[in-house]
Amino acid sequence: MTSPARRRSYGVKGAPYAFLIPATTLFSLFFVLPIGYAVWLSFRKVHVSGLGLGAGARTEVWAGLENYKDALTDNEFYDGALRVLGYGCIVVPVMLGLALLFALMLDSERVRLTPFTRLAIFLPYAIPGVVAALLWGFLYLPAVSPFYYLLDKLHLPQPDLLSGGPLYLALSNIAIWGGTGFNMIVIYTSLRSIPAEVYEAAKLDGASPLQIALRIKIPMVAPSLVLTFFFSIIATLQVFNEPMTLKPLTNSVSTTWSPLMKVYVDAFAKGDIYSAAAEATLIAIATLVLSFGFLRAANRRNKQEAAQ
Amino acid sequence: MSSLAVRKAAPAAGTTPGTAQGPPLRRRIALIPTITLLLGAVYTLLPVAWVVIASTKSGSELFSTFTFLPGTGLMGNLKDLNAYRDGVYWKWMGNSALYAGLGALLSTGVSAFSGYALATYRFKGREAIFNVLLAGVLMPPIILAIPQYLLMAKAGLTDSYLSVLLPQILSPYGVYLSRVYAAAAVPADVVEAGRMDGASEWRIFTRIAMPMMIPGMVTVFLFQFVAVWNNFLLPYIMLSDDEKFPITLGLFTLLQQGNSQPALYTLVITGAFLAVLPLIALFLVIQRFWSLDLLSGAVKS
Repeated sequence: MTSPARRRSYGVKGAPYAFLIPATTLFSLFFVLPIGYAVWLSFRKVHVSGLGLGAGARTEVWAGLENYKDALTDNEFYDGALRVLGYGCIVVPVMLGLALLFALMLDSERVRLTPFTRLAIFLPYAIPGVVAALLWGFLYLPAVSPFYYLLDKLHLPQPDLLSGGPLYLALSNIAIWGGTGFNMIVIYTSLRSIPAEVYEAAKLDGASPLQIALRIKIPMVAPSLVLTFFFSIIATLQVFNEPMTLKPLTNSVSTTWSPLMKVYVDAFAKGDIYSAAAEATLIAIATLVLSFGFLRAANRRNKQEAAQ
Repeated sequence: MSSLAVRKAAPAAGTTPGTAQGPPLRRRIALIPTITLLLGAVYTLLPVAWVVIASTKSGSELFSTFTFLPGTGLMGNLKDLNAYRDGVYWKWMGNSALYAGLGALLSTGVSAFSGYALATYRFKGREAIFNVLLAGVLMPPIILAIPQYLLMAKAGLTDSYLSVLLPQILSPYGVYLSRVYAAAAVPADVVEAGRMDGASEWRIFTRIAMPMMIPGMVTVFLFQFVAVWNNFLLPYIMLSDDEKFPITLGLFTLLQQGNSQPALYTLVITGAFLAVLPLIALFLVIQRFWSLDLLSGAVKS
């Protein structure tokens, strides 16, 4: 009587761990191990003895915080961080603003053609960042761009989109184009989950669609706005593909335009994996601090609102 | 006369004050939202329309004719692309399909196992494991990719198919979605009933839970498929042999060479056009089955 029961409970106890073996194994091998290795490398450097020739002339030694000090005082790294900050200040508000606007429009009454427009706006999600940057890159090139053609016909000045300030807009536009649809769907989905009765009362009180959107809909989808904001910030910090792809088309995107590009150059072009590891660790720490800080702030606000 | 009558009736029926004075058409269609969305669609479709048209232009037409005027070089471009380095382009497409298809399939399996375990069992360390797995989302890909490359080099695996495939099997986002979906789709009493009947845990998972989780797993698969297909950084770091390149990396190298030989631009454009087609087709076919609700974690039970 007791033995099958005991065996069964033993099986149940071990089962979740068994189901999690593939995930935990992969996580250890491809997340924990590389991160640990990167952190380890960030505290190391190569010591060259003599002319650096012959076996044993180049040895790896402990560097302490030296690589971190170098990274934090490196103007190139710092400038890259500032550039990404400027880029993020354009991308995140515009992309999420558009996503929210489109989601509200999709959710409004008597709107037509939504199956088409919804799919069209979501479509860039399926297009690789590299291909998106490539398409826009060509549209920015005066020789092939329809915008320049129109400006030329209208005898208007033709700005150079691929240098200086406009370059930020050019890069931001690619990210906005690629990300708006995804965020729109996330926000739209949570708009759809608001029960209709919530609006009915407001409508009977004579509230306009704009008032309903501002006073009821936007506050109710706040959690999904927080989520999209969070993911947008992470994606912005990690910008790499778009400036990399525009680089062949213009001289004004340097090889170290964003911090991630600098990490790549240090690791593979200069072969200094130790500095690269320290810089990568700093980016990861910045990401974690920003994300957790943001999540805590969002949680606190939610609690405050709940308390009221 | 009749239109006047309709207009008179409108204010009574209309709930939105702004549309009350408009003609009947405006009463039935909300103009501002529809036009806003159409403008959005024009914006998103513009580059796609451009690449479709540009791919029909021959090298000389590309720089001389109006952008949105179709050219006559599509067949020539396709032939050139086909001939480029003995059709390496198609190799890239095949590689992308392999990385994304096989990678997403394995990833979905791992996500399904983990999501099911995290959703249906109560066990020590459950939340800890879940949170640690989720934190993986926050890791910038480059902090992973560089040490992954160095470790792969130690294992002698760099510049191989495995070096691109293996690191992309575990998707923290996929695990998260699977957990959310399994929690909503697999009722606890059904699992318990299976146990009462003496079914093993494995059997309960494969015979009872898995069929219930299929719709959610389709979403996870498609997500991971798009993520792997669109990935650029990892193959860029891992691979040097262009026979193993996925399409993103292939087009990127082609564009880089185009910097010195503009004749390659038409190849890049035609290549980009063809590379976009399968994903657009995939989207159109699967959008009915794709439960986008999962995106925001809002699952209706």
